[in-house]
Amino acid sequence: MADRIINIGVTGLNAIDSPGPGVPVIRGLREAKSFKARIIGLAYEPLEPGIYIDGLVDKTYLIPYPSAGTDMLMARLEHIQSVEKLDVIIPNFDAELYSFIKLERALKNIGISMFLPTMEQFEERHKFNLDEFGKKYNLDVPESKPVVSQSELLKVAKEMGFPVMVKGKYYDAYAANTPDQARNYFDKISAKWGLPVILQKFVKGTELNMTGLGDGNGNTIAAVGMRKQFITDKGKAWAGITIHDYRLMEITKHFIATTKWRGGFELEIMKSADNTYYLMEINPRIPAWVYLAVRVGQNIPEALVNLALGNDVKPYHSYEAGKLFIRYAYDMIVSRERFEELSVNGELANIADNQ
Amino acid sequence: MSLIKIQTNIAISDSGFLFNPATGESFSVNPVGLEIIRLMREGKNETEICAAVNNTYDADPAIVERDLHDFIHMLRQHQLLDNNGGQNN
Repeated sequence: MADRIINIGVTGLNAIDSPGPGVPVIRGLREAKSFKARIIGLAYEPLEPGIYIDGLVDKTYLIPYPSAGTDMLMARLEHIQSVEKLDVIIPNFDAELYSFIKLERALKNIGISMFLPTMEQFEERHKFNLDEFGKKYNLDVPESKPVVSQSELLKVAKEMGFPVMVKGKYYDAYAANTPDQARNYFDKISAKWGLPVILQKFVKGTELNMTGLGDGNGNTIAAVGMRKQFITDKGKAWAGITIHDYRLMEITKHFIATTKWRGGFELEIMKSADNTYYLMEINPRIPAWVYLAVRVGQNIPEALVNLALGNDVKPYHSYEAGKLFIRYAYDMIVSRERFEELSVNGELANIADNQ
Repeated sequence: MSLIKIQTNIAISDSGFLFNPATGESFSVNPVGLEIIRLMREGKNETEICAAVNNTYDADPAIVERDLHDFIHMLRQHQLLDNNGGQNN
């Protein structure tokens, strides 16, 4: 079985300070026991670091940004498919998931399988729907409300009481201690991410994260808990440690069972001082720290590929607690010709660079 | 005096490094602290622990008792003892 070669397209090669999950996903695929992976990187920019890491991808293609529309993306993927005969694609960005979910059937028709959440799952877990989501699935969520104007913002903030979290619908979150701060953050966030802006009750506590994989029928295929140990100024984990938190696992299994979650995910949970576990956010994809899960015994990228291919996948039941990941920055030296080839031709075979 | 029980899942190394797998928190204790934790794991109560420390270190019993209380308080605060409501078992 180990000799079977699966061609897998992977996005999210931007291993930067707010890293995409592509590089750790590929590291997991390279260590798969049930198949041998040939990796086609799908990049939005020729400077995404994962393109140039020695031995990571076999070849990279540039693909159009989601803003270009699904027709452009489909046309590009059809071309790539005519050359590479991809079996599976693993999209790793929140912003591209909508397009890939929409294209799931069309891609299946040209031989490419994926294992993504349904459009309904993708839509209902949005930050601005969290209140409803919590009620529907019986999960504790902090009180939150979408607001579309400054007057509404101040009224709701006053009701919730300061400090209050001001959040963008896709990204960015700030704790506001005063009405003035809340107004400033509202302007900043709405200019960048549009409306609504989400106001959320501030929960003080310990942030816990869970990555996992649901089979779409309510079964948990994988689930690994982590506590961030070091956080960058963008709020991203730069170091973390695996944990065994019984309640966190219970919540995760409940989430998968009740939503019948299909695909990879990350739950962000705040454990408050009174031991309430608040679900803060659901990321509908594999997170950038997934290689930690691989190395403690749950190869989520491998299992996801097998699910996409319709293979039988046995659930993982355990993992090692107390294992850390620690990120680092590393300078690669890359010849101009390689960068030029990708920029001009839109594709690049990964041949080791000795310059 | 009552038994003080360290949670069974806490990993304790010979160097005095403690790891709580339920929370991801780690701590280090000095050799006396490590000895006290060993005695707790052996099922000794507070009186027996005080006596053992007094025998080993020839310290003022009143000070040992006070310090042991402080130490137990700290362990409880960090959710390392068994009587924390079972949240982290």
